[in-house]
Amino acid sequence: MRDPAPRRLRRAAALLAALVALLLVPLLAGPARAQDAGAALARMATEQFAQIEAGIADLTASGSPLALPALEALADGRLYYSPDKSVFIKQADGRWIDARTGAASAADPASPKPVRLNNRVRRALEAALGSLSLMNPDPAKRLAAAEAVVKSRDAAALPAVEAALAKETDPRIRKALSQAKAATTIFLDTATESEKVAAIETVAGRGDQDALNLLGAVRERGTPILKLAAETASAGIERRLALLNGLQNVWYGLSLGSVLLLAAIGLAITFGVMGVINMAHGEMVMLGAYTTFLVQEFLRTRYPALFDLSLPIAIPLAFLVAGAVGVALERGVIRFLYGRPLETLLATWGVSLILQQTVRTLFGANNREVGAPSYMAGSFDFFGLTVTHGRLWIVVFAMAVFACLLFVLKATSFGLKMRAVTQNRRMASCMGIRTPWLDAMTFGLGSGIAGIAGVALSQIDNVSPNLGQSYIVDSFMVVVFGGVGNLWGTLVAALTLGIANKFLEPVAGAVLGKIALLVFIILFIQKRPRGLFAQKGRAVEA
Amino acid sequence: MTFRVTSFLAGAAVAAGVTLASFAAQAQDTIKVGVLHSLSGTMAISETTLKDVMLMLIEDQNKKGGLLGKKLEPVVVDPASNWPLFAEKARELVQKDKVAAIFCCWTSVSRKSVLPVVEELNTVVFYPVQYEGEESSKNIFYTGAAPNQQAIPAVDYLAENEGVKRWVLAGTDYVYPRTTNKILEAYLKSKGVKPEDIMINYTPFGHSDWQTIVADIKKFGSAGKKTAVVSTINGDANVPFYKELGNQGVKATDIPVVAFSVGEEELAGIDTKPLVGHLAAWNYFQSIDTPENKAFIEKWKAYTKNPKRVTNDPMEAHVIGFQMWVKAVEKAGTTDPNAVIDALIGVTVPNLTGGYSAMMPNHHITKPVFIGEVKADGQFNVVWNTPAPVVANEWSPYLEGSKDLIADWRAPLSCGNFNVKTGKCGGAGK
Amino acid sequence: MIASRLLAGLDLKGRVFLAALAGLAVLVPVLNLAVPETSALHVPTYVVSLLGKYLSYALLAVALDLVWGYCGILSLGHGAFFALGGYAMGMYLMRQIGPRGVYGNPTLPDFMVFLNWKELPLTWYGFQSFPYAMLMVVLAPGLLALVFGWFAFRSRVTGVYLSIITQAMTYALLLAFFRNDMGFGGNNGLTDFKDILGFNIQAQTTRVGLFVATVVALALGYAVARAMVNSAYGKVLIAVRDAESRARFLGYRVERYKLVAFTVSACMAGVAGALYVPQVGIINPSEFAPANSIEAVIWVAVGGRGTLVGAALGAIVVNFAKTWFTGALPELWLFGLGALFVLVTLFLPKGVVGTLSAWSGGRRQAAPAGVAAAPAAE
Repeated sequence: MRDPAPRRLRRAAALLAALVALLLVPLLAGPARAQDAGAALARMATEQFAQIEAGIADLTASGSPLALPALEALADGRLYYSPDKSVFIKQADGRWIDARTGAASAADPASPKPVRLNNRVRRALEAALGSLSLMNPDPAKRLAAAEAVVKSRDAAALPAVEAALAKETDPRIRKALSQAKAATTIFLDTATESEKVAAIETVAGRGDQDALNLLGAVRERGTPILKLAAETASAGIERRLALLNGLQNVWYGLSLGSVLLLAAIGLAITFGVMGVINMAHGEMVMLGAYTTFLVQEFLRTRYPALFDLSLPIAIPLAFLVAGAVGVALERGVIRFLYGRPLETLLATWGVSLILQQTVRTLFGANNREVGAPSYMAGSFDFFGLTVTHGRLWIVVFAMAVFACLLFVLKATSFGLKMRAVTQNRRMASCMGIRTPWLDAMTFGLGSGIAGIAGVALSQIDNVSPNLGQSYIVDSFMVVVFGGVGNLWGTLVAALTLGIANKFLEPVAGAVLGKIALLVFIILFIQKRPRGLFAQKGRAVEA
Repeated sequence: MTFRVTSFLAGAAVAAGVTLASFAAQAQDTIKVGVLHSLSGTMAISETTLKDVMLMLIEDQNKKGGLLGKKLEPVVVDPASNWPLFAEKARELVQKDKVAAIFCCWTSVSRKSVLPVVEELNTVVFYPVQYEGEESSKNIFYTGAAPNQQAIPAVDYLAENEGVKRWVLAGTDYVYPRTTNKILEAYLKSKGVKPEDIMINYTPFGHSDWQTIVADIKKFGSAGKKTAVVSTINGDANVPFYKELGNQGVKATDIPVVAFSVGEEELAGIDTKPLVGHLAAWNYFQSIDTPENKAFIEKWKAYTKNPKRVTNDPMEAHVIGFQMWVKAVEKAGTTDPNAVIDALIGVTVPNLTGGYSAMMPNHHITKPVFIGEVKADGQFNVVWNTPAPVVANEWSPYLEGSKDLIADWRAPLSCGNFNVKTGKCGGAGK
Repeated sequence: MIASRLLAGLDLKGRVFLAALAGLAVLVPVLNLAVPETSALHVPTYVVSLLGKYLSYALLAVALDLVWGYCGILSLGHGAFFALGGYAMGMYLMRQIGPRGVYGNPTLPDFMVFLNWKELPLTWYGFQSFPYAMLMVVLAPGLLALVFGWFAFRSRVTGVYLSIITQAMTYALLLAFFRNDMGFGGNNGLTDFKDILGFNIQAQTTRVGLFVATVVALALGYAVARAMVNSAYGKVLIAVRDAESRARFLGYRVERYKLVAFTVSACMAGVAGALYVPQVGIINPSEFAPANSIEAVIWVAVGGRGTLVGAALGAIVVNFAKTWFTGALPELWLFGLGALFVLVTLFLPKGVVGTLSAWSGGRRQAAPAGVAAAPAAE
């Protein structure tokens, strides 16, 4: 009846059990341990991964206090060995510790080589380190260790789990431990049927994929009663998961929509408000991304401690850089072409080629590395939904940019003038608004926002000269779909397209989904040639 | 932050020099070598490096006294990542510039575009990138890996050393991933992997939103069996893919990803710390510690005047290809294509990883296979390698259409698609 | 009879252009086939193919000028029609390979064999026949244009919006053709052609033949376009371009006029694509890339919008420059192309030919002047 859990998990669990047992039982004679540890360490002084892995197992099994520092050093790549099979730990200050004694090494080791790691060794190492964690003072580590047992569902871990459960006070960890206990109980030959049914209920309380996998195993091999219990429980979980899947698609769609919104919102100003078809818009995004790269590069070489501030610093700079290029573009080229929208399309396309090639000659054609600050990395669990920090920040950021822009347009005198010029240029001019200056500033604003978008996109996409190209068609689609000259339209369009895309993707595949959306937009434009939220009035007919 | 203004100016000067030189060349009597790599457009990202390698190799050879007593002269043209332009430029190189050999291409489509031209004009071409196989031309010498020199060893490694039982074959939707995945699928099934344990996924070029697919992979991988991703995702799409993997917390110890198109150059654009332990399979890694490799890396860094420049597998392929060509020309005593093509078969040169590579009668070379794990510094830690160089299967035994085909360009067979069943040259031989 | 009427409708530029084409059609074959290779006057075969390529681009430019210059439709999707024509020709050429493919399969092209396709997809039926393929060369782009135009013009999608949805159209096709499941060879496209109508496609004489065919097609395309714009229909077309609402109020069914021009233009682009493919030897989805269509627009702009001759010349000159630049100064090519876009739109809004004819003779009533004064702004 035992589930053939992967070998590594069983081994990990066995280790865990051994360790916990060793920790609970009063320590036996020390010297023998030290000897075992020494032998285990000597085993690791090799090129062979299998030997290193075995060494880790021996070392943990030895229960020696020397094990933990040596394993931690190995995880950090600070564990070295010499040809004479002596093993050393390199300290942060460059000094050496003899791993077999734990004392400072008398002499520097002769030709030290780092003990090598591969995924297999790393896994054994993680399991070994993790097994120490069931009693770890850090609650997060204890929780992770309990979760590991839920996945491994190995009977050998049961005593250790029970021991831990007896001492645990944190309710969350207690819950995880009891689930771990249940997960192992289900497959225990000695447990009674009623115990198992109760265990099934406990496990089903998780309501996630792990629980479903576990119940699946019961449904294959359990007694009729257990099967029935498992089936009822899995049906509930499946409903929950289906709902969650829908939610996940909405979230992915929102995040994709935010990316589209960021890419398109600058265009909503230059194209939507000013009527300029700016094909160089994508390149403004690219300039923003490269600005981020430069800021990070500068911080990395000069002030590495400030790396986390790189994005807040890059945002205003990207706005200024892209905005300045935008103003120059408006003054240098576009102002001669007002009233000839199709010509601006060609001229700005030319500008986009020039900008791309300039960046390519300055920075090279290769992708540039833009790192994620610590708060953008990783993910968290939101009721079973994996939400990555980076995406969450981008969604928040996109909404913030949108709100700021709305504020500028609706609540500042600059915005008022801008709207006046859009609605009736000549009248606005008569009222004393310097329309050429306003044109330049508006274009600068649109370009600057594209630059800001570049900062965000640098976190999820390639920073290469082609960055802008990949967003230009999508951006135009968003603006046209939403209705030119309407910021709310752009917001709705971006989010709609993002979510629609994510719901189509699992059904039709990424490519067909995208094609379907393009065809939809083409047809939609036939129905409503001015987009979702058409601007009313005579101005648009001009 | 290295601005490339100087190198750009130098490039412009060289380019101008080349044009001027091409007028002077008639008198000086040099041997011309065509370098056909995209310097602009989407493929510039990968191919510019190969052009630089070729220029360095040619300069080096000239320092050693050239070839057959003549200087070598590079002719660099830019096909601008435009496939028809590859064919046009190849024709121009042969008919106008009269080059003796062409070092060309990155993508399969560019090679396919050039192929009819070079077969017609009978030119020697070296192709340095790993590809899907299923081709053997009289005129093309494939110095990159065929699927059995990269993909199959990688899968074997994962199955044996990591105990992988469930496979995600993720690729960009074009011929290389399609064919490689077809081969891998057949291979895995022949090893007893069940169809429900294989998930195949294709995405378009430059795909940037990987949320759904990474989530699917996670789900597929949580079914209790050890899961790995075999990635034939191409170029630009890799960075967002790896970023998403890192963000969603897919660690190499949970679901390792082995990639066939991600090398040192590609990693240079990514923060590799979350990716430590993911794998790549190549025939060369910069981190391989041999005297030849060390010397090459130093030379490369000095040549590009950039101490941070990395080396990668296709670069080594060009190094091998160029050395083979030089040796074959010396052996033949002429640059006449027929003589060189005959002389090339059997030529053996040292590779950069401490062994030797030989040109086989199927116009592919023998290569050692290495599996590397990504390190935090963007380099690879070699964790496994084949004991001996592997001979390429240009026609995969795992594909229905090609299992009976072999290529042997030696007389009297002289055939790129000989059918061993029917005993005739020309595919099915009907 | 028709010919004389056509000739009568031509202005000086047109006559010079047709005469030059006739000259090319005679001179190039002679210089290639009859003059020995050692002679300085010899035209190498690769130049013949290169010229053929330029001329097929020129035909695309003429097609584009017909809709943009005379009808005010700035299509950013003409590359799609060109590529569709090219694919139709490519499919014919693939079927001609027959059992000579590397796998020796008599019906399936190589890429289908190694992707394990068992039988020919429906879309490929009939392409072994040349007349059917030629029909599809015209019909495929023509139908697409008809349907697309019928929707777009009927609902009065104009100006910028039209440009952007034509771009969306070609982008969608690009994505679709990249998919291997579509059965058009995916990214690798169609290549390694063997022969056309029984002639070896690599042979010198075939190449010359294809070149002559391209010259004839360009001359015909020009003549058709010229006849269209000179007719009463053409006058209405120009009226639509300059003031669409006014033309509509006068009682013209504007959308029909546009639809005819758009469809004819798409067919011409398809023919251009069909002539392009055998001469360059490959057709691949990147021909659908929006950038290609935009580049075609710049040829027209450089040569002179609304002049037809200018469009053809623009295509030839820009592509010649591209060939030269990418060989000589590869790093500078994109700067050059980009600057060309900017400078032409800023300083030569009428293009080279338009500016020249405005200078010479001061024939102000000529079409180009109208173009500059009232471009296709809504």
